[in-house]
Amino acid sequence: MLSYPQDRTCPYQPSPGYRELGRSGPLHKVRLWDGSTIWMVTGHAAGRRLLADPRLSADRSRPDFPVVLPRFEAPIFKPIAIIGFDPPVHDVHRRMLAPDFSLKHVREMRDEVVELTGRLVDDMLRKGPPAELVEDFALPIPSMVISQLLGVPYEDHVFFEEKTVGLLQAKDAAGAEAAGQALWDYLDELISAKERTPGGGEGVLGRLAGRIDDRDLTREDLLRIALALLIGGHDTTSQMIALGVVTLLEHPDQLAAWRAAPPEALPAAVDELLRMVSVTDVSGVRVATEDIEIDGEVVRAGEGVLVSSSMTNRDPEVYEDPYTFDIHRAAGRGGAASGRQHLTFGFGIHQCLGQNLARMELEVAFSTLFDRIPGLRLATPAGELPARSGGTMQGVHRLPVEW
Amino acid sequence: MRVHADRSRCMAAGHCAVTVPGVFDHGEDGLVVVTDEKPGEDYLEEIELAVDLCPSRALSVTRDQHDSSAPPK
Ligand code: HEM
Ligand code: SF4
Repeated sequence: MLSYPQDRTCPYQPSPGYRELGRSGPLHKVRLWDGSTIWMVTGHAAGRRLLADPRLSADRSRPDFPVVLPRFEAPIFKPIAIIGFDPPVHDVHRRMLAPDFSLKHVREMRDEVVELTGRLVDDMLRKGPPAELVEDFALPIPSMVISQLLGVPYEDHVFFEEKTVGLLQAKDAAGAEAAGQALWDYLDELISAKERTPGGGEGVLGRLAGRIDDRDLTREDLLRIALALLIGGHDTTSQMIALGVVTLLEHPDQLAAWRAAPPEALPAAVDELLRMVSVTDVSGVRVATEDIEIDGEVVRAGEGVLVSSSMTNRDPEVYEDPYTFDIHRAAGRGGAASGRQHLTFGFGIHQCLGQNLARMELEVAFSTLFDRIPGLRLATPAGELPARSGGTMQGVHRLPVEW
Repeated sequence: MRVHADRSRCMAAGHCAVTVPGVFDHGEDGLVVVTDEKPGEDYLEEIELAVDLCPSRALSVTRDQHDSSAPPK
């Protein structure tokens, strides 16, 4: 039985062991670090069906919830809001956030992201090559966007973003706990300040501070929601920027096609990058609460299910030449939504809340970078980049570039 | 053809309004609103894509029993 997870050998293609597995059907049992087994789903249709099935639970407090990796997380992050809850609590909290993540609000935020991204490139050009793209570009974009979204006052951005990065780059649980505690205390005070402000003030925290009613939303819920947005939206987006740049630079023909593409073709190109890179490698982890028959197999109550995004995104039933990166593959019907069948953002009621925000950040990031620095190239060959290892979340520790 | 959206299922993923902007939009609360319940047949393919993309299965289309030129019921 295949042991899970397995490291990638290429930054934008699934691990060779998964490719092998995918050839033998849509569902497979794989072995986890502690000797337990879990269903790994590699078929697109099966993955969608399971993630939309209410008989699967996302409740991480259940004793039978699968532990895919040895737990390093600091206790302060438990329970994790929204993503770790089933209905009805999930739906109540998710709907409270819907206005902040709506297309309309994301479009309103775009100009500011363009400006911020431009400033980061200005700084890189002023310092001159080489640059380290993770720290100089990929990390600050989502960090700044989330501060803004939450409603962190401008004068606190530096503190807040430093602590967030400290949290994400913590070497161990104790470091993560310390950074998490500092953020918790800060956010707690910020919520109090918003509560004193007539009308609540800016951002998600300003809007929701006034809705704390100790029934649908407690103060602790709101703090946990803020942390969930930080954790869900930061590392994912920054590593997607980094690995997206690597993928484009490794495919000069596609980079040229991106540059030549009209603006209305870019959303589908971003979705093709999201499909290829599948940055989290996983669309979702669940536990079955009843026996579920699917594709001739039975997932028994109490068994874990892990839907692979990198493999479902390469299901030959859905994608022709699935391992080929082609920014125009979805051209045609559905306009800006034509490339959205991939499962990089999951499926079902937990499908990523921040997906439209992430798509906008990515489009602006790639366009700005390649417009302003046309000669950008990797300073370390793609195969030698210091890549994350041993987990499911993909990424590079550093991305040295020159021009 | 008649388009229906179940707001109690909508999770505000936003695919529908991107796919068929003339038929779906979002309210102030961020949830789906159908702006044209009986769009022309030209929209069918895009609407079917939106129905397929909706992660929380909130969208549905009912088609006329008769040919596409029949008046809507
Ligand atoms: C490229 C960037 C991103 C990727 C690949 C990504 C991926 C995902 C995936 C796969 C899920 C589903 C998990 C599951 O079903 O168990 C998810 C959920 C979620 N994401 Fe993202 N995400 C990204 C960006 C963001 C951003 C920018 C935010 C917010 C600022 C965000 C906030 C969330 C939240 C709150 C959930 C939980 C939704 C729910 O349970 O209803 N994500 N994301
Ligand atoms: S695609 Fe579905 S979940 Fe998303 S906004 Fe439209 S109806 Fe709601």
